[in-house]
Amino acid sequence: MSSLINEVRTFIVDNFLFGTNGDVLSPEDSLIEKGLIDSTGVLELVTFIQETFQICVEDHEIVPANLDSIGKIATFVRLKKGAC
Amino acid sequence: MCGICGVLNFNSNPPKANLIADMIGTIRYRGPDDCGVYSSGKIGLGHARLSIIDLEGGHQPMQNEDGSLWISFNGEIYNYAELRRDLEHRGHRFAGHSDTEVILHLYQEEGEECVRHFNGQWAFAIWDARKERLFLSRDRLGVRPLFYTWKHGCFIFGSEIKAILSYPGIRREIDLIGLDQIFTFWSTLPPRTVFKDIQELPPASCLTVEAGNVRSWSYWHLDYSRDDEGLTEDDWAEKLLALLADGTQIRLRSDVPVGAYLSGGLDSTIVTSIIRRYSETPLKTFSISFEDAEFDERKYQREAVQFLGTDHHEIRISGQDIAEVFPEVIWHVEKPLLRSAPAPFYLLSSLVRQQGYKVVLSGEGADEILGGYDIYKEAKIRRFWASQPESRLRPLLLKRLYPYMGSLQSQPASYLRAFFHVTASDLLDPLFSHLPRWELTARIKAFFSDDTKSRLSSYNAIQEMRDSLPTAFLEWDPFAQAQYLETRYLFPGYILSSQGDRVGMAHSVEGRFPFLDHRLLELAARMPPQIKMKVLNEKYILKRAARDLVPESVRKRAKQPYRAPDIDAFFAHGKSRLPYVEEMLAPDRIRQNGIFNPEAVGKLRDKLRRSDAIGVKDNMALVGILSSQLWIEQFINSPRIDSREGKVSDDVLINK
Repeated sequence: MSSLINEVRTFIVDNFLFGTNGDVLSPEDSLIEKGLIDSTGVLELVTFIQETFQICVEDHEIVPANLDSIGKIATFVRLKKGAC
Repeated sequence: MCGICGVLNFNSNPPKANLIADMIGTIRYRGPDDCGVYSSGKIGLGHARLSIIDLEGGHQPMQNEDGSLWISFNGEIYNYAELRRDLEHRGHRFAGHSDTEVILHLYQEEGEECVRHFNGQWAFAIWDARKERLFLSRDRLGVRPLFYTWKHGCFIFGSEIKAILSYPGIRREIDLIGLDQIFTFWSTLPPRTVFKDIQELPPASCLTVEAGNVRSWSYWHLDYSRDDEGLTEDDWAEKLLALLADGTQIRLRSDVPVGAYLSGGLDSTIVTSIIRRYSETPLKTFSISFEDAEFDERKYQREAVQFLGTDHHEIRISGQDIAEVFPEVIWHVEKPLLRSAPAPFYLLSSLVRQQGYKVVLSGEGADEILGGYDIYKEAKIRRFWASQPESRLRPLLLKRLYPYMGSLQSQPASYLRAFFHVTASDLLDPLFSHLPRWELTARIKAFFSDDTKSRLSSYNAIQEMRDSLPTAFLEWDPFAQAQYLETRYLFPGYILSSQGDRVGMAHSVEGRFPFLDHRLLELAARMPPQIKMKVLNEKYILKRAARDLVPESVRKRAKQPYRAPDIDAFFAHGKSRLPYVEEMLAPDRIRQNGIFNPEAVGKLRDKLRRSDAIGVKDNMALVGILSSQLWIEQFINSPRIDSREGKVSDDVLINK
């Protein structure tokens, strides 16, 4: 789980924070409320998840409840992989 | 249209005429037809002229009959003929037939109050030799630019900052707060500029320098206090059309042929249609079209041309074209940009010039004053939704916004809710309409270096904006509040300047804007907001007023805001199109200029190499960093600022 979290964090810090202030982002922080993600950002995130973890994200799964924090993303990926 | 400059020296040495000539030389493209310098005693004035009215006379700087008043004037006073008749009745005699002379006579008659009578766009300086007073003024909306500074007992001013920078001893330094403002609002908050110690005279302001003291004041204010006057929709539409027709007609006053910009949208089609009605001569129109279909509006432009029967010319623009002229564009706009959108207008004005034209009318301003922008619509929907936060249906209206943004349109409702979420405290914020835009923009300040961040740590641009609102603001309707924020700041600081005056004058082309006639603006400000935007139908009253003036397809089309490719202009398939792009973004160059964090810029560069999914914020960040670097290279790092077109010859100098 922790390597999964790290992988997600690295992507988010590099891609949305460009390496700045990555240390202040906790696994529970809302990516929307922190202003890290916009409508294109959601698509970037979904592409990252599909490519990196080899899972297929359905349209109805693209909701903040699944994707709006590092912790939520990790849980979502874990459940999806377990379900395969 | 022209360029002006000058120096008032309170020390013993009079301003040297050749230095004034060097100043005006830096902005000679603003007025290539004629040039003049006057220097006497404490004062030196410079002028570069684009001859439009009174081609034979009208040389500047111009004096009155007894030489006690001298003026250097950039702009047009459209009601000069009426003012002149009135002055003649009061006994004034005129030597020529220029509007410049009318300003001088009205100043003689009424002093500084004369500006209240002008209908037009102007920036001028009058030297009143008897009172030893220098009087500067700028038009109500800030169509024409004017900047100034103080140095060693000298007051120095110019149409553009580069004229001031060319004067000996002027330091060229970045104003970091100005930069912070651009990275929040897309423009600085006047009088601040992005150059330390150089001020902009705000729109609708005058400034007097007398006996070493400076006094500045506003002679006009945007006022959205409602007055329904018991009018019906038809009454409003009739008044609007009458003023628009008159405002267009007086903007056709010129001794050279006048053309028009045609975007394919409602506003420019209406203006062109009115010109067709009131003018017999053949009319040339000019358009921007894009190779990238996402931005292109050719289909509507052609329908408008067919309907209007004009002699039409278009310039087709690619990403590569934008990248090629972008450094020149930064030289002209004199500030960092967050969008490439001024560059196509720079290319368009070169087409106009090639066609032998130097004056164009356009539909600029209609969206600001009659409620056309998506940001007004967005604020209206967010407010409507916030009144019933649990509503499932209301957020679906958000899909009516930004129809051209595919990534937004494909979002499920839950994400839309999250993006446009409104809290109770947001609703109470006077900046409600613009906060989402400014907060999004401000996030690109994450790219600032640690040093820049620490020097700006105690500054909050959005709070400064809150603190600067007029007291009446809170009494206005929310729709009017959004209009004020747009019209007072982004409009003069970016639309009229970076995307207007600067890129037009770069090729000696003057823009004229019938929607900015202050009588029309004052009428629109009094209108009930619901006839500007009826439910979500933007510029409803304009569409109604002008229904016979535009083809139905143009009247009923979905509004498409003018946009141009940003990152795609500079990169294709992850590679930069031109070497300067890589040079400006290279870690060493970023570190050397000190404003941005080289590692963060490197990560953005990496993202461009590997990804096609690039959002609004990344686009703004890239253009903002690139343009800042180009701006620093050209204005701060370069050894000196001088004319790019050679020196002004000595025979223009008038020494007394």
